[in-house]
Amino acid sequence: MIPLRAVRRALSPGVRRFSDASGGEIVEDAFERTGSAQLTKQASLYVHWPYCLRRCSYCNFNKYISRENNEHMMTQCLQKETETLLQLSQVSCVTSVFFGGGTPSLAHPSTVAAVLETVSRQASLSEKAEVTLEVNPTPVGMSKLEDFCRAGVNRFSIGVQSLQDDDLKILGRDHSSRQALQTIEEARRLCPGRVSVDVMFGRPKQSVESWENELSKLLSVCDDHVSLYQLTLERGTQLFKQVQGGEVTVPAEDVTAEMYQCARRTLHQHGFLQYEVSNFAKHQKAVSHHNMSYWKGRQYIGVGPGAHGRFVLPGEGGVAREARTQTLEPDVWMREVQQRGHGTRRRIQLNHLELLEEVLVMGMRMTEGINHKHWELFSPQLTLREVFGRSTDVQELLQSGRLILDNRGLRCSWHGLALLDSMLPALLVELEKQISPRLQRDHHTDKQRRPPTHDDSNVKRADNVRESLPVG
Amino acid sequence: MSLLSLVKRWCQTPLLRRVLQFKACRRKMQSCSVTCTLLRHGWMKRLPLLCSSSRSISTQTDKDAVDLSKFPTDRIRNFCIIAHIDHGKSTLADRLLEMTGAIAKTEKNKQVLDKLQVERERGITVKAQTASLFYNYEGQKYLLNLIDTPGHVDFSYEVSRSISACQGVLLIVDANQGVQAQTVANFYLAFEAQLAIIPVINKIDLKNADPERVESQIEKVFDIPREECIRISAKLGTNVEKVLQAVVDRIPPPEASIDDPFKALVFDSNFDHYRGVVANIAVFGGRVKKGDRIVSAYLGKTYEVNELGLLRPDEHSTGKLFAGQVGYIIAGMKDVKEAQIGDTLYLQEQPVEALPGFKPAKAMVFAGMYPMDQSEYQGLRSAIEKLTLNDSSVTVQRDSSLALGAGWRLGFLGLLHMEVFNQRLEQEYNASVIVTAPTVPYKAVLSSAKLIKEHGSKEITIVNPAQFPDRTVVSEYLEPMVLGTILAPDSYTGKIMSLCLNRRAVQKNMLYIDDQRVMMKYLFPLNEIVVDFYDLLKSLSSGYASFDYENAGYQAADLIKMDILLNGRPVEELITIVHRDRAYSSGKAMCERLKDSIPRQMFEIAVQAAIGSKVIARETIKAYKKNVLAKCYGGDITRKMKLLKKQAEGKKKMRLIGTVEVPKDAFINVLKRKEK
Repeated sequence: MIPLRAVRRALSPGVRRFSDASGGEIVEDAFERTGSAQLTKQASLYVHWPYCLRRCSYCNFNKYISRENNEHMMTQCLQKETETLLQLSQVSCVTSVFFGGGTPSLAHPSTVAAVLETVSRQASLSEKAEVTLEVNPTPVGMSKLEDFCRAGVNRFSIGVQSLQDDDLKILGRDHSSRQALQTIEEARRLCPGRVSVDVMFGRPKQSVESWENELSKLLSVCDDHVSLYQLTLERGTQLFKQVQGGEVTVPAEDVTAEMYQCARRTLHQHGFLQYEVSNFAKHQKAVSHHNMSYWKGRQYIGVGPGAHGRFVLPGEGGVAREARTQTLEPDVWMREVQQRGHGTRRRIQLNHLELLEEVLVMGMRMTEGINHKHWELFSPQLTLREVFGRSTDVQELLQSGRLILDNRGLRCSWHGLALLDSMLPALLVELEKQISPRLQRDHHTDKQRRPPTHDDSNVKRADNVRESLPVG
Repeated sequence: MSLLSLVKRWCQTPLLRRVLQFKACRRKMQSCSVTCTLLRHGWMKRLPLLCSSSRSISTQTDKDAVDLSKFPTDRIRNFCIIAHIDHGKSTLADRLLEMTGAIAKTEKNKQVLDKLQVERERGITVKAQTASLFYNYEGQKYLLNLIDTPGHVDFSYEVSRSISACQGVLLIVDANQGVQAQTVANFYLAFEAQLAIIPVINKIDLKNADPERVESQIEKVFDIPREECIRISAKLGTNVEKVLQAVVDRIPPPEASIDDPFKALVFDSNFDHYRGVVANIAVFGGRVKKGDRIVSAYLGKTYEVNELGLLRPDEHSTGKLFAGQVGYIIAGMKDVKEAQIGDTLYLQEQPVEALPGFKPAKAMVFAGMYPMDQSEYQGLRSAIEKLTLNDSSVTVQRDSSLALGAGWRLGFLGLLHMEVFNQRLEQEYNASVIVTAPTVPYKAVLSSAKLIKEHGSKEITIVNPAQFPDRTVVSEYLEPMVLGTILAPDSYTGKIMSLCLNRRAVQKNMLYIDDQRVMMKYLFPLNEIVVDFYDLLKSLSSGYASFDYENAGYQAADLIKMDILLNGRPVEELITIVHRDRAYSSGKAMCERLKDSIPRQMFEIAVQAAIGSKVIARETIKAYKKNVLAKCYGGDITRKMKLLKKQAEGKKKMRLIGTVEVPKDAFINVLKRKEK
């Protein structure tokens, strides 16, 4: 079942496993040296596994409780779509791969191997490239970790969420805290220094004190990377209904704000550096390089039901980056992949302003923010200072100490990061003010450029474009 | 027409004598004692939109043209129907139209004269409509002109216009509900105009109908002998024939002579794309026919009559109109402005003295109206223009607000009038508007000689709170008062009295109209009832209380100007004039509403109400401590981007008070009327 190349990769796990974890970093450095040409030559790959065993009460992701076993077909389709999209993107190098979901640890390791093999066939996938798998810390998940490593995974992201068994029940998780701890241990054994744990705060009935205790306990067993998320109540989830109906109460805004600040301090004391709003690593090597490439505005290809991508299609003569969304429902998606080679449902071309908006919104999430070089890569004409330096709104943010614009670039201060979403509208207004006139001038010279809107007509047009795509 | 003065007179005159007086005193059209009020003619407004559809019918009717010369004034009766809301006025009109053959008798005839969407939806009549009926009685053919009137006090301008064109009224009272507040108010209007009043007790088919009780209420409240009441069921048609007979028997014919020179009053007009202006007229003397050359007294312009006829209720061409009759006329006027309501028409060769016309109705409730988006300004302007052409009682003044942009300050006769106007704007002109909370016109008596010279008078009216003159230059502030009538079952008396007391009202009168129902009269400051009084009254009486009011002049009041501050900075558009006793509660309410509608920002915001330098209420909007999306990876960032860009767009439209960003919605939430 396991394709040949994947077997070959799997046969030399040692190299990957024990390779210098700075693989991603090397790529990044190369990036800022070689500049924009590299932008379209490289991409990271996200692979979506849509199935779960059960529904978590807080989750509104694109996931399905599968009744039949069609993993074989799913594997084939993931391979097919990977192949098609890599061809369309014409990237020569895949910098990292991330298997997310759903519950990708439910997939057979051979599926992972098969996808990685397909990637290697289409583009160069460095042995050092980061390959992450999201893991549900169940006994079954744990037992497969070694096989996943053999299949080519070299980083695990473990969804611990909580160390309180009662809370795990409320959240609808299918594991206990003990099982989570065991899974962390096993993962660390297999990929030392490359294990991340996800943990959630702002959970029902949680207090600042209990959160502090829980976090301390977690820090004593975890590896070098922690992601912490505030529980967000999403419409349509069971938890949302329970909270609406008054059955369950979640901590007030002020309390969750304190939980966040307190976690940041605790993590700092334990030697974790915050490098993004929700992500902490003990050292530069431990950061998630895959996620970093999102925040740095790099290209990514999304494969699988409901996956999103951002990349240029030079194969079609495209120069502008496209936002692509794959069909949500697994069965429909599979049918489309079988018929057309891919299941892209929506394509929207991003104009210059829209691209810069995404670069800004994503980049500001990093503690290092957007450095001048990084910005120049996307905006060779207007520097960060030229765009933001003049605005009185931005000046106020700078003066209040929430925002910093200096020789390194633009970034949030420690306090400012927690208020990023209150600052972004002001930054976006300024960006549009500076870029739009330029864009309109360009419009006169380049009539082919599409208007900077995301309206229906655009989508329709995108559909037409899709029809004309080469099938296969 | 102040009710207060009427009530005073009422009280001074022995009841019996009043009744005799009103029965004896018939209206004399040509006598010089006729006041301006009496000359007000109220008739229907026909919607331009609806007109075009009804025109197709009228063209065929030329063939069976009626010979109107066969109807001398003694065989003409002009009457209207007045009633409290939902007492069956429009249903009775439907039956009268059916029985006289004006419309076919079908199940579908419901509120035939209520043509506006808002009228049908709310079950009310807003614009008075007219219909000429032919009725055979005791071997004679009569021309009965029915004017269907609005039921609500806000439209009493329309009612009084209608009433002044009539010689009698049908006063409808629900056999179940009995006399209500508007029954009383409408009765007074008719009574003051000295019309023949025919009390009609409707809905006698209802299970809980108690016509006996209603008859004794009528006897007690209006001093009309119970024998004069006609018990009917408009729905089933029971005894409606008797109503028609009573119209002929009890209502006197109009006093107008066919031998006088032609003289007609324009009481309504509308515009037809194909035929130009269609004017509705009442002929006060002489005759007019197709081909006559007529003159508009207002403009002095001459026109040739192209078409004229009756409204039945659709246009019915007759070629001629005679003294005492009402109908429509088309004379090549190309602009609605050429047919001024209240204008007098006469024959070119026989000039007459113009009729006094209509005194403009006085606006008592003011509200700002702004387009949702400034790009809709022009559209809204033309919609308001069109609507005010058909409703001259609305006053329009340009206004602008820092928060809401350019707009207008409109004056209305009352709250329902305002609501109906707004609803018509939305429904008929598809305009979406922001309507601010209503205010009333205050007055200030100036003490500063300089200011008096500046304004040209000692007393000034303040419509815009920002122009409220300082206490130091004023000897006295005045506020408008109304005399309110409340009718309710006596079990609610206690609650109603404490509500009125809270509204600074003074009780003037209290009367049991039967063993269970009480009529209370209170003198209210108008400001106290314009916002939510009626809703509260309805809810505390489980819907049983009815309320109506009449303007009652101005009274001195301790008024002060209240500022709203955001982090210490005053917000101009939120300046409010309040009575000193109410300052705290209204200041607190405004602060609370602002607190709920200004989004949290990165710093704390103090929302304060202040009088002069003294803060009387405060709310605090806490600063955001955390506002950042937890998870943001390569997934669906499109959604996140959309949200952020929407916020960025919103930010551009924010009004900045100091450093506080206030969204337009916040102003709307604070300024607009509360949803019911």
